[in-house]
Amino acid sequence: MTIRTVAGVLLGACALAWPLAHASAGAPPAPALRSVSVQLPVSKRMFPGGAEAAPANANCLTCHSAGMVLNQPSLSKATWEAEVKKMIAVYKAPIAEKDIAPIAAYLAATKGTD
Amino acid sequence: MAAGSAFAAKSVDFPFPGGVGEREIATGFPGKGAMVLQRTRPPLLETPFEVFDQGVFTPNDRFFVRWHYAVIPTSIDVESFRLNVHGAVDKPLTLSLADILAMPGRIEYAAVNQCSGNSRGFFQPRVPGGQWANGAMGNAKWTGVPLKAVLDRAGVKAGAVQVRFNGLDTPVVAGSPDFMKSLSVDHARDGEVMIAFAMNGKPLPLLNGFPVRLVVPGWYSTYWVKMLNDIEILDHPDENFWIKTAYTIPDTPHADMKPGQTGVPMVPINRMVPRSFVTNIREGAKLRLGNPVTVRGIAFGGDSGVAKVEFSGDGGQKWETAQLGKDEGKYSFRRWEAHLVPRTTGVQALMVRCTNTAGVVQPDTPNWNPAGFMRNVIETTHVSVL
Repeated sequence: MTIRTVAGVLLGACALAWPLAHASAGAPPAPALRSVSVQLPVSKRMFPGGAEAAPANANCLTCHSAGMVLNQPSLSKATWEAEVKKMIAVYKAPIAEKDIAPIAAYLAATKGTD
Repeated sequence: MAAGSAFAAKSVDFPFPGGVGEREIATGFPGKGAMVLQRTRPPLLETPFEVFDQGVFTPNDRFFVRWHYAVIPTSIDVESFRLNVHGAVDKPLTLSLADILAMPGRIEYAAVNQCSGNSRGFFQPRVPGGQWANGAMGNAKWTGVPLKAVLDRAGVKAGAVQVRFNGLDTPVVAGSPDFMKSLSVDHARDGEVMIAFAMNGKPLPLLNGFPVRLVVPGWYSTYWVKMLNDIEILDHPDENFWIKTAYTIPDTPHADMKPGQTGVPMVPINRMVPRSFVTNIREGAKLRLGNPVTVRGIAFGGDSGVAKVEFSGDGGQKWETAQLGKDEGKYSFRRWEAHLVPRTTGVQALMVRCTNTAGVVQPDTPNWNPAGFMRNVIETTHVSVL
């Protein structure tokens, strides 16, 4: 009983110091943490369109699956060009100089507004 | 209406302006049930909206997932995992999970975790980025130790200005900016910001940041660094890409600007704003003239509690105060309920509006910014009254 009372007093102090703390029955319990090992799904989805899509398939899929791009709305050619340039400038995507224009053109053609 | 259908939907079609709203429902991700597939690699998984009608706490296996880079450790060994604390401190720390679990002053609270770009797919004009509907958010009870306790143990030196957080995920291409986020020292030491090892009483799913993630209640999810393994105390402002360039918003009311507008000052995204949703009636649902309907949903105040939720059954002409459910804490989702008797046939607009305890109310016009951040316009659900 004494221990309980002391614990109750300490909890009261905790509750004051940490107003968000769960103060009903001592420190909130922690679940047992066990090592985990998982597998992440792989996407087999490719950019559609045959030869026109080849530069996108050869470059974009290194960092992300195709769904990210195919789920985008129709965007202007300027926006698509900016996206490709961002991948190179910011994220250091190793896209060959010769592939930049064809990728932007493919995206603007398949998901463009102009 | 969301009837408890026995079969699982295979896809969903979000009503985004301009279309491209169809998404597969995926079930193959570790620790996850049926989720809206926005991107396989790195995973972007959205919570199907009907989950929000089931209660104010979002189950771990339905909680949204968002990673920036595809190199995500798929194995975590709880014995060898370490959290390093270094930089402008008296005593650098290397903490094991056992060390963190043994720390005194453990805390627990409910908090909404919402992506900065939640609802981006509804922006008009549309903007590039993850095309989320409204399910890049969730509410959980988080358990962990206050970040302050860890910082105090290390001893933050006078003159330190920011605390930077880094996780185990890394870019595919060398030279890409590592994903790191920073908070001011004062914010980091507020006693609320948490290093969390449990989510709804269970270990975090790997895809939500196992074994520990940062919890920054009231702030957007971008700061809630997952698989947190490095804390660096800085004696200078952080200028890394993910603070200085990415995740910035116009420094204007509602983070609003005009498409094409130039010269707008930008600041790092920060506190969340109030939102509210109808969860039991779907867009396009049919209601019967004169038949009473209970309308319910969820609301959250953003960086403060829910003061009031108002409901309108007539497109915003008349508003009535909704009844609020149990208060699970100021950073939590809160259930609300209102009653409606449809009095006119035809298409009717149901609207819901939250005011938080700081007096901030949801706006009646949508904001716009080029990154698609911080949408919190009053939501409208159209129904047909027959």
